[in-house]
Amino acid sequence: MDWQALVLSLQLAGVTLLVLLPLGLWLGRWLAYTTFAGKAVIEALVVLPLVLPPTVLGYYLLVSMGGASPLGRWAAETLDLRLTFNFTGLVVASVIFNVPFIVQPVQRAFEAIPRQLTEAAAVSGLGWWPTWRRVELPLAWPGILSAMVLTFVHTMGEFGVVLMVGGSIPGETKTIAISIYDRVQAFDLAAADRMAWLLLVLSLGAVTMSFFASARLAARR
Amino acid sequence: MPTVAAASDLKFALEEVAAQFERESGHKLRLVFGSSGNFYSQILQGAPFHLYLSADEDFVFRLADAGKTVDRGRLYARGRIGILVPHGSPLRADGELKDLAAALRDGRLRKFAIANPEHAPYGQRAEEALRHAGLWQAIRPHLVLGENISQAAQFATSGSTQGGIVALSLALAPDVAKLGDFALIPEAWHRPLLQRMVLLKGAPPPVREFHDYLSTTAAQAIMVRYGFATPRD
Repeated sequence: MDWQALVLSLQLAGVTLLVLLPLGLWLGRWLAYTTFAGKAVIEALVVLPLVLPPTVLGYYLLVSMGGASPLGRWAAETLDLRLTFNFTGLVVASVIFNVPFIVQPVQRAFEAIPRQLTEAAAVSGLGWWPTWRRVELPLAWPGILSAMVLTFVHTMGEFGVVLMVGGSIPGETKTIAISIYDRVQAFDLAAADRMAWLLLVLSLGAVTMSFFASARLAARR
Repeated sequence: MPTVAAASDLKFALEEVAAQFERESGHKLRLVFGSSGNFYSQILQGAPFHLYLSADEDFVFRLADAGKTVDRGRLYARGRIGILVPHGSPLRADGELKDLAAALRDGRLRKFAIANPEHAPYGQRAEEALRHAGLWQAIRPHLVLGENISQAAQFATSGSTQGGIVALSLALAPDVAKLGDFALIPEAWHRPLLQRMVLLKGAPPPVREFHDYLSTTAAQAIMVRYGFATPRD
């Protein structure tokens, strides 16, 4: 078992979620409540990482952020920031490819809130913050929870993008999914087996838990 | 941490050499294995590697020309290829590839693994050997390509192929040796696998020490045990 890779994957998933949650809540809610001319374009951009092959995303990230690109050189020279083959680069990649996993469930959750409720709250003189905390959040919570679980588990399992921009460096970019691939190539099937099981159980457990939680929350309403 | 990017034919040998180096020097190294060609692109893109052990010379010279290296590098080993046939395969491990030719004719061969000739030196040598034997055109529809030579060996022994062309250094490793039979392909059938290493700009002192350590008799003895010839042979 490659504990270092497991810890790294958990860190990556945690940081990704931390960065994405505020963004996802804001963007998802905004898309749910507003209609405007170019909305379909924004929604398409949000879904794009879901349908794009991870290698395409990885390729563009590599050539746009790598040391040979103008952006990569600028970041390295002026900010002393390198965005490929290190943890920071993985976080950037991971945030981008998880956008649909957080925004979509959040958007659906807010869309499902009857507009009369928020309007009633406004008419009753409830301010923006109390409305959000006492009306919207409790109703949208199951969707937000499943968005968080999906994002976390999806980051744990992402392979293609990580392989392209990560370079499989132990303790830096070698996540557990990459480690499984690496162990298979090293003819260490016993270790690959243990890690694959762990990911399977973890993913199934997390998704099942989020469904249970959603069902209970829905029943309470 | 000092990081070494090494061609995947070194997987087993270099782990042992590095372990011995770490015991003797007290330094810690990070080893990353993969295809020489991928490492070449990654180093051009700014990957934070300090020592690059390629499975051939071309990639090293190209990096030197691109100004990424300290010098033009040093030869550290000469690799060999051979045919690896898993237990239960209808193929025989025959280094002259005669049984492979027969199997292509009589339909015993369905899938055959080599490393990707586009970016893996061991894949290029496998292609050259197959061309030399006059089998390249016939075998192409049957080929499965590993991303690097380790993956080709994995494919060759998985039971889903009837065999493959892999590095001697992998075939000699106990975890691989127990899975099948191996026969060397004559070295004259392909360009020599002259394996060159090079320090990359900014390499810290421990990596420079390791670079020199690889040329010592102690390190070379381990390499020979894993099937590498010393480069001056």
